[in-house]
Amino acid sequence: MNNLSPVIVGAGPAGIRAAATLIAAGLKPVVVDEAIKAGGQIYRQPPDGFTRPKSSLYGFESRKADRLHHLFEAIRPQIDYRPGTLVWNAGADHLDLMASDGAAASLGFSHLLLATGATDRVQPFDGWLTPGVFTLGAAQIALKFQGSILGPRIAFAGTGPLLYLVAYQYAKAGADVVGVFDTARFADKLAALPGLLHGIGHLAKGMYYVAWLRAHGVPMYGGIVPLRVEGEGRVQGFAWQGGGRTKRVDCDAVAFGLGLRSETQLADLLGCRFAYDDLNRAWLPERSLSGRTSLAHVYLAGDGAGIAGADAAELAGERAALALLEDAGHVADRRRIALLESRLKRIAKFRHGLERAFPLPPADWGGAALADDLVLCRCEAITAGSLRQAARDLGVTELNRLKALTRIGMGRCQGRICGAAATAILAAELQCAPKAVGRLRGQAPVKPLPVVTLGREDAA
Amino acid sequence: MSARRYDTAILGGGIVGASAALNLARSGLSVVLLERGFCGAGASGVNYGGVRRQGRPPEQIPLSLRAHAIWARLQDHIGIDGEYIRSGHLKLARSETEMASLLAYRDRIAGLGLKLELVSGNTLRDRFPMLGSAVVGASYCADDGHANPRLVSPAFARAAAKAGAEIREQTEVTAVERTGNGFMLQAGGDEIRAGYLLNCAGPGAGLATQAFGETVPLSSGYPCLGVTEPLPPLFAFNLGVEGGGVYARQVARGNVVFGGGKGYALDDRNCRPDMKALMQTLQDGTALLPALRQTHVIRFWSGVEAYMPDRNPVLGPSATTPGLLHGFGFSGAGFQIGPAAGAVLADLVRDGRTATPIEAFSIQRFTRTRQMAPAKSYS
Amino acid sequence: MALLQRVAETHRQTVDFILDGQPCQALVGDTVLTAVLIQRDRLRIEEFNGAPRAGFCLMGACQDCWMLTEDGTRLRACTSFVVAGMRLVSV
Repeated sequence: MNNLSPVIVGAGPAGIRAAATLIAAGLKPVVVDEAIKAGGQIYRQPPDGFTRPKSSLYGFESRKADRLHHLFEAIRPQIDYRPGTLVWNAGADHLDLMASDGAAASLGFSHLLLATGATDRVQPFDGWLTPGVFTLGAAQIALKFQGSILGPRIAFAGTGPLLYLVAYQYAKAGADVVGVFDTARFADKLAALPGLLHGIGHLAKGMYYVAWLRAHGVPMYGGIVPLRVEGEGRVQGFAWQGGGRTKRVDCDAVAFGLGLRSETQLADLLGCRFAYDDLNRAWLPERSLSGRTSLAHVYLAGDGAGIAGADAAELAGERAALALLEDAGHVADRRRIALLESRLKRIAKFRHGLERAFPLPPADWGGAALADDLVLCRCEAITAGSLRQAARDLGVTELNRLKALTRIGMGRCQGRICGAAATAILAAELQCAPKAVGRLRGQAPVKPLPVVTLGREDAA
Repeated sequence: MSARRYDTAILGGGIVGASAALNLARSGLSVVLLERGFCGAGASGVNYGGVRRQGRPPEQIPLSLRAHAIWARLQDHIGIDGEYIRSGHLKLARSETEMASLLAYRDRIAGLGLKLELVSGNTLRDRFPMLGSAVVGASYCADDGHANPRLVSPAFARAAAKAGAEIREQTEVTAVERTGNGFMLQAGGDEIRAGYLLNCAGPGAGLATQAFGETVPLSSGYPCLGVTEPLPPLFAFNLGVEGGGVYARQVARGNVVFGGGKGYALDDRNCRPDMKALMQTLQDGTALLPALRQTHVIRFWSGVEAYMPDRNPVLGPSATTPGLLHGFGFSGAGFQIGPAAGAVLADLVRDGRTATPIEAFSIQRFTRTRQMAPAKSYS
Repeated sequence: MALLQRVAETHRQTVDFILDGQPCQALVGDTVLTAVLIQRDRLRIEEFNGAPRAGFCLMGACQDCWMLTEDGTRLRACTSFVVAGMRLVSV
């Protein structure tokens, strides 16, 4: 039992809880994290020298953030912590790393717990490449991590809980929020109330943001369709359709997002079995409530394995660590496991409610409705029309085939940004369900890797 | 269900099988091509994309020259240009020994129709200023080049379909047997009968060789390939190195595709590039092209290729079974010659003979003698 | 016009760097992206259509904020911190 070498990827809520759980059982895990400081995206800590209090950075979540940061500081001496380190490839028994100084290294593991988090889910629309269009997450990072705002006049568009939260944070920070443009309808939120009641605290916070924005005169629109970002070379306005009419507003920036999508590349490279998840509208690595995957010794926790939020991530991190310990021969604490699982189930119900409250736009919005000349791929300028042409003229019926013939998903981001749109377009073209076109397979490196890192003489 | 009958059934929709299907269909013969995945998605589609004659052993040169003529009219032949360009192929020497080896190769293939130009010293620096100081000389084959295998190989199958061949993708062949007047196959739940059977199944070619009692030393190989982000134009030629190792080409979009070393198998259909091999490739590659040092790799990949111990394909009639023809085992160098290999197979079906010399590729070489030439890399 | 405005944490020490040949100032703890977008409305010119780009996700996922330095090194602007003397190019 002493020769275990567990590795945790990610130092957000899931990864930190998992590490603490393993330490409590007497293990010394390696924790590899791409960020320079622990906390993940939600509890991201600003660089050294920044002085705003946590209450200002994390709002209602500041106590949770503080607790998690303190937990991390407490366990830090007992882990092998690798901040600023990219895991760019995963094999059956080792990870390939790039350390913060650019050096390559190989890291073996006996057990691997992936807590890789999530990024914004987006759908391309006219003008989305214009400088000044960012994701909702980006808008929040600018403020939280850099003390800066995009704008000063900024439109918030899309859907999901982050939409109102970030709009509120921006308005409070002094930005001129020209509007909150929700692709979901208010009616959707009412219909979802029973589900949302499972997370009454979250619901109260959401209602608080909306009430605050309303009280401060921020215009809010529901059931809109983003039409275009105006401006050559930089954002000058935002146009949308709502209530059967087309309207526009002047602004300097647009923050846009449709909820979150999981970062599943490492599970993919490892060969975890994936299944289509209707709730997330995405292919996700299969996992049980315990965090076990189709591969022995590989565990998943947090938003990287399906979006459930930070509270669920903490619970799932601990649960997956307990599964790891049990599989390694430790005695399982059944009562603790039962408690964690019951809480995870309750959050899952709330999560279903959230999905109903902030439904993704209908599939055809990101599919058939996109103009042929719209660039879907920010990396290599692949257009919607070229995908349709491949489907029509080349008989493409599957996503990886589409990738091979059009380069979609082959650029620097490996389809993180364009994958959902490519799926929607191909499915619309074939008039089939998104899952029927398959899953875009990933390849190492998970992110662009400097040639010098690989070519270095001291490379492991 | 009653069995459909065709003049020819082809196992495998790679560039060889699809080229054979295209040629046969254009000759007016009925053809069915059976592919377990998608056509041109195996080794034919994920390979490096080198289209070169230089470096091939003398016995491959006639086949390679025939292919060269097909590549010349690729657009007419398969309907797309496939990003094929005659960029030249520059094979580098990093030592005087390697330079001597390039010279010896030129002498060995003299008179076979390949024009090679040896460059070194100041001429080399002037003509190819992007090369690093590790390079002492090179052999240049002006009409060689490169193309995009992801586009070219599937296009052969589409062209074949357009010419009348029946292309069945995602169709696994589960049984083959010889009948009184041809062959019977079980494929995707159907029974298929054909007068001729072409075994172009690459790494899966063992199904047919085993079914007809032919043992061949077929193995699988896994190239290690990668691609950089788009870069400003650095070099036009397809780059290789004497003795094997690094190879690289820059595509019109700016990405540099490179490869070298061997990957490993996960199972019989899936494989991964080996990161240590890629690190070595990039270390060597940046010595040859120093400008690559400042770039990023955005993707690595591999694919399953069929290898023979002498690095020559098996191309031609079966030794045991009339009507069975083989075209597999191209050993990591089949992309350029694949279209001609398919044309040769079509010749054999249609005419019973071919004008292209293929004796060296006979399957009987493995039964005649067990003494193999040592494997030599021709990259 | 700049895409980013500072609204907090302005007490930090300054960092001198060069952007498109011009001397500029950032603050310690600024990412390259922040340092540049406080001055400009773009980070780079995209390779294919020649259009300006200014990043998108700010969390190292979308790979849309690559910038060049004068010596040709590429930096992902949202995850690299500005360093005194850096010579960045946005054109």
